[in-house]
Amino acid sequence: MSNNSYKTNILIVGVGGQGSLLASKILGSIAKIIGYDCKLSEVHGMSQRGGSVVTHVRIDGEVVSPIITPGEADYIIAFEMLEAYRWSYYLKKDGIMIVNKQKILPMPVIMGKEKYPEDILNDLKANNINICEVDGLQLAHKAGGSKTVNVVLIGVFCALNNIPFVVAEEALCQSVKEKFIAMNKKALMLGYESACKSK
Amino acid sequence: MQNLLLANEAVARGAYEAGVKVISSYPGTPSTEITESAAKYSDMYVEWAPNEKVALETAIGASFAGVRAMSCMKHVGLNVAADPLFTVAYSGVNAGLVIVVADDPGMHSSQNEQDSRYYALSAHVPMLEPSDSQEAKDYIRKAYVISENYDTPVIVRLTTRIAHSRSYVELEDRIELETKIFKKDVSKYVMMPAMARGRHIKVEERENKLQADISNYNLNKIIMRDKKVGIVCAGNVYQYCKEATNASLFKLGMVYPIDVDAIKRFSQEVEELLVIEELEPFIENKLKAHGVKCRGKDVFGIQGEFSVAYIREKLYGEKSPKPERSIPVRPPVMCPGCPHRSVLYALKRLKLTVNGDIGCYTLGASEPISAVDACVCMGASIGMSHGFDKANPENSKKTISVIGDSTFVHSGITGLINAVYNKGCSTIMILDNSITGMTGHQDNPTTGKTILGEETHQLDLKTLCEACGASSVRIVDAYNIEEVKKVVKEELERPSVSVIIAKRPCALLLKKHSPPQKILEEKCRNCGMCLTIGCPALEKRNSGVAINRELCVGCKVCNQMCNFGAIVQGDANE
Ligand SMILES: Cc1ncc(C[n+]2csc(CCOP(=O)(O)OP(=O)(O)O)c2C)c(N)n1
Repeated sequence: MSNNSYKTNILIVGVGGQGSLLASKILGSIAKIIGYDCKLSEVHGMSQRGGSVVTHVRIDGEVVSPIITPGEADYIIAFEMLEAYRWSYYLKKDGIMIVNKQKILPMPVIMGKEKYPEDILNDLKANNINICEVDGLQLAHKAGGSKTVNVVLIGVFCALNNIPFVVAEEALCQSVKEKFIAMNKKALMLGYESACKSK
Repeated sequence: MQNLLLANEAVARGAYEAGVKVISSYPGTPSTEITESAAKYSDMYVEWAPNEKVALETAIGASFAGVRAMSCMKHVGLNVAADPLFTVAYSGVNAGLVIVVADDPGMHSSQNEQDSRYYALSAHVPMLEPSDSQEAKDYIRKAYVISENYDTPVIVRLTTRIAHSRSYVELEDRIELETKIFKKDVSKYVMMPAMARGRHIKVEERENKLQADISNYNLNKIIMRDKKVGIVCAGNVYQYCKEATNASLFKLGMVYPIDVDAIKRFSQEVEELLVIEELEPFIENKLKAHGVKCRGKDVFGIQGEFSVAYIREKLYGEKSPKPERSIPVRPPVMCPGCPHRSVLYALKRLKLTVNGDIGCYTLGASEPISAVDACVCMGASIGMSHGFDKANPENSKKTISVIGDSTFVHSGITGLINAVYNKGCSTIMILDNSITGMTGHQDNPTTGKTILGEETHQLDLKTLCEACGASSVRIVDAYNIEEVKKVVKEELERPSVSVIIAKRPCALLLKKHSPPQKILEEKCRNCGMCLTIGCPALEKRNSGVAINRELCVGCKVCNQMCNFGAIVQGDANE
């Protein structure tokens, strides 16, 4: 991303039920606060039952299609490693992949019919993909609940993408219910700080 | 003020601004959020109906009674509501009536890929198709104007990518409308042959008039760019064409009737005309029938969704990156603690033919449970088992229907009545998880709550089934595999229609979970029996099995699977 522009294509990938809808909602609020056009394409329905879920977020001066073309994503935020692997071809050259180091086994693996690939992150790195690894679950527990992994990862993204913390915080407050704000703010902060450290 | 809204939310907002008073719908992806979002506006009466036919009939009644009304559904829902649709097309409206239908190209969450535009054509009802959230709101407002100006219901069509995309919407105020008087008019409101003949003439007249007037409504739009190629498109495909090409575009906002003359004029401005549309060649065939030279499906095909990448590849041969590795697929699964899992597992152990239905339990067709043998449409399981029974009475000893609570109320009840009336002996299992699960947890008549969460009469399934004449109605604990097996075996032997209701709430709605289960390593023989239940919380490791504490909700179904007592209640704070 260039310094003077927030033009960004972000693909959020994960497993149905991991909270991608809230993550994209926060990114939408951020776009609105910084005064950019934005389109989101979400997944509702069947895939939310533990399937592979992809959400597209496009932020630009003017956005036309809500769907990102493969090879054109600036960021991929992956909630799960196998999903990072699956969707990596969407990333553009020099793009950044934020990967939560969590494994959720798909049914063919649980049944022993297929193997969960080993060394996903090393393989991606070997293919010249910039990876930012995050132990999202650990940070989420620290924030007060495993459900906040999504917000931890948004925190990481905002730090990497130079979005001021106050903007991210305001967007968060617009997107979650009052009673969950405190816990999620903590999650956002932990994600943000962890990325600042590793930058 | 601008808000980032799903097109579904924008449709609800459009209804609010247009002064709509009554909305009745049945949930179905990708249309569900329209009605959920509409329920938040206190100036509108909004309800979940038990099915789409009742929903549309309710909206028709409200329109006749003089208030603007709406009914929303997914594409296959319009099949269920087709009967009232085709005749209200003759009667027309009193106050405006809009039907919103959401198609699902690519079948993200559907059992077929039908193209609802043909309903507009065959019922002679105008159809609008927006291409983003702002248009979704604007078109709803225009749809009410057209509905009242031409005395016709109007369909607004969405597709998944529109319905579930967010973009900015400018909000406006609601207009308040006087309730129109319902004037007795048998020739308009009572469709018997003599009156319907008269109305059919009016239908043709109004359609011709609208066809001539289309340009007055500013729904179609021309964007002149490079004149080598001109593309006719609508909806989400318009956005893709705009981004993927530099061609001139004729964007249809009204996809039925089609303004053929305007497209003819456009085609004269460009060297070559292309029609790019998902699913059927609906626009293309119409243009060809009018002698407009164009290409379309010979380039683009009728299946699945399009995208910017797809259009670039088809037009310019440009390739975008494709997945390089073969990676284990991740199909949707029943959630940890889902009460359907244990029931379907029990049916599989009994080696039954299972006529399935539409809901989360359809996932029981996938491995490793693989219990469901057939699934057609909502409510079909009961009729199908009755058909198995009548094809050969021996079948009914090894055939069972499984159907969810919402689906049973939607269209299963008549199947049960039929089986009893015609002296069948099928066995029906209602999987009562006390919610409409697959579509994201909507209340229904069996939950005792309205869309607003208010208490209402709770339909008692047991009493209902007894009243329909089922000779036996028994309730079992869905989590108890042995109990389910025992009761099913007994009921299959009964030479008359029986119903078994398996009860347990949807695991996603449990406020409190039992602590995760754990595996006693010293007892585990690594036999893999527990894995055959297909729970995402059980993981096969090199040495034995592990339970994922993040996912396990403590339903204890896996405990029943272990012959060695190796799976036990874990500790809450381990
Ligand atoms: C005619 C029609 N309307 C709506 C739908 C969308 N739909 C799919 S599953 C489902 C509800 C299932 O609820 P239920 O039967 O209670 O089963 P659950 O998912 O809760 O297990 C609905 C409404 C559909 N497929 N067909």
